[in-house]
Amino acid sequence: MTGATPGATPGPDPADDELRELAAKQAALGEVRGTPAADPVNAPMIRHWLDAMGDANPAYLDRGVAPPAMAQVWTMQGVRPRGKVSTPVDDVLAALEARGYTGVVATNCEQTYHRYARLGERLTPATRFAGLAGPKRTALGEGYFATWNVTWYADGDEPVAEMMFRVLKFRPRTRTGTAPAGRREPYPLRPAVNGDTAFFWEGVSRGELRVQSCADCGRLRHPPGPLCPHCRSADRSYVTASGEGTVYSYVVHHHPPVPGRRTPFVVAVVELPEGVRIVGNVVDCPPEDVRVGLPVRVTYRAMDDDLVLPQWTPREPR
Amino acid sequence: MRTLTADDVVIGAALPGLTIDLTPTLVVSTALATMDFTPVHHDVEIARAQGSTDIFLNILTTMGLVERYVTDWTGPAALIRRIDVKLGVPAYAGDRLSLSGAVVGREEEGFRAEVRGRVSLGDHATAMVTFTLP
Repeated sequence: MTGATPGATPGPDPADDELRELAAKQAALGEVRGTPAADPVNAPMIRHWLDAMGDANPAYLDRGVAPPAMAQVWTMQGVRPRGKVSTPVDDVLAALEARGYTGVVATNCEQTYHRYARLGERLTPATRFAGLAGPKRTALGEGYFATWNVTWYADGDEPVAEMMFRVLKFRPRTRTGTAPAGRREPYPLRPAVNGDTAFFWEGVSRGELRVQSCADCGRLRHPPGPLCPHCRSADRSYVTASGEGTVYSYVVHHHPPVPGRRTPFVVAVVELPEGVRIVGNVVDCPPEDVRVGLPVRVTYRAMDDDLVLPQWTPREPR
Repeated sequence: MRTLTADDVVIGAALPGLTIDLTPTLVVSTALATMDFTPVHHDVEIARAQGSTDIFLNILTTMGLVERYVTDWTGPAALIRRIDVKLGVPAYAGDRLSLSGAVVGREEEGFRAEVRGRVSLGDHATAMVTFTLP
C-alpha cells in the first residue's frame, strides 16, 4: 500500500495498476501454511454438524470419517480468533476495502475431496492467492473478483481436501441504482458538511480517507479548517491517506445512551502514518480488546440508506 | 438405509425433491455447527444494518446441504469426490430452500449430478456434485 497520494490528480485511476501489482505479489508468495485445526477430526463435532444439517447418513460415524463438506469446518477461527496467522489473501482484500470496494459476496466455492478425513487427524490449511480480475461492472456495482485456493493437509503432508473460493468485492451502488425494498431507519446523527469539510465527505462516499493539506506549505491538518495553522495560507488541498493507523487513545462509551447507537461502543483517536490524528469508532472488535497502539484500518459503514461513516477495524500489524 | 449401486443409476434420472424450511433455528444452528460465527448468520440487527433483509445461510452450510441432498438419495455407500457450487441470491431465514437435481453424466471420476437450490428470490446455489458408487 502506498502512502499519501495527491487527491486532485485527474486522468486514469492508478489504483488499478497498484491492485494488479499487489495481486501479482501475493500470488507469487505461493502456498502459505495456516494454523493447524484447534481440534482433531472428532465425533462430537461431526454429530453436531449432521444434526444441524438434518443429515441422517450413518456412513460417517460408522466408518470413523468426517463428512467431506466439513473440510473447512475443522480450521474455522471460532468466536475469538487467537493468534490468527495472516494469509496471502488478507492484504488484497484490505487494499480493495481501502479503495471503496467495501461490499463482498462469495460467488464460487468448489471443493475436491481426495479422501474423507478420519477421526483423530488434525488438518492444517494452506492458502494460495490465485488471482484478481477487474474492475468489472456487475449487478451489485463495479468490483473485482478475487480467487484463492485452500488445501487441507492431514498429519503428514497428504492433501485431504482442496477448495477454490471466489468473492466479488464491489463498490456498493449509490441510491440511484436498484434500491432494495424498504428503507432503513435513518441514523439520527448527521455530520456537519460545509465548505471546509465537503472534500472529506466526498472522499468517504468514494471510499477514500482524505486529509486536508495546505496548498502553500504542504502540511497536513485534521480536522479540516479554513486556515493553515503554520503559514496562515487559506489555499488548501488534500491528500488521500493510506487508510491505516494505530489507536492513539480511546474511550469506551457506556452511558448516557446515544441516539442510534448501542452501548458500549468505542471512540478512538487514531494516529495516521501521514501525521495527523482522527476521531472515529473502532468496530468489529469487543471493546475490551481495544488498546492503545492497536493497529487499525479504515472501513466504511452504512449507518442508514444515505449515510456512510468511516470507522476503524483491527488489522494485522506490519 | 437403502443404498444405490452404480448399476441402479440411469443418466438423466431425477433426484427426488427436498424442501427445507429456513427457520432461524436452522440458519443459526448450521452456522454454529460449521463454526461460522459471522454475525450476519445469527444476529438479525447486524444483518439488517448491513443491508440484508434477515440472517442468511452461510456457505459452509450450503455445501453441507448440497452434500446431504445427494447422499439422502444415494444412501451411505456413495463417496463424494467433488462439490462445485455457484452461489446466487442469499437464502434468508423465513424463506424455503427447494433442492432439485438430476444425474447428468458419468465420467472417469464418477457420476455427476446437477443440483439446484432455489429460494423465493431465485437460485441460491447451482451445484455439480461428483460421486462414486460401488
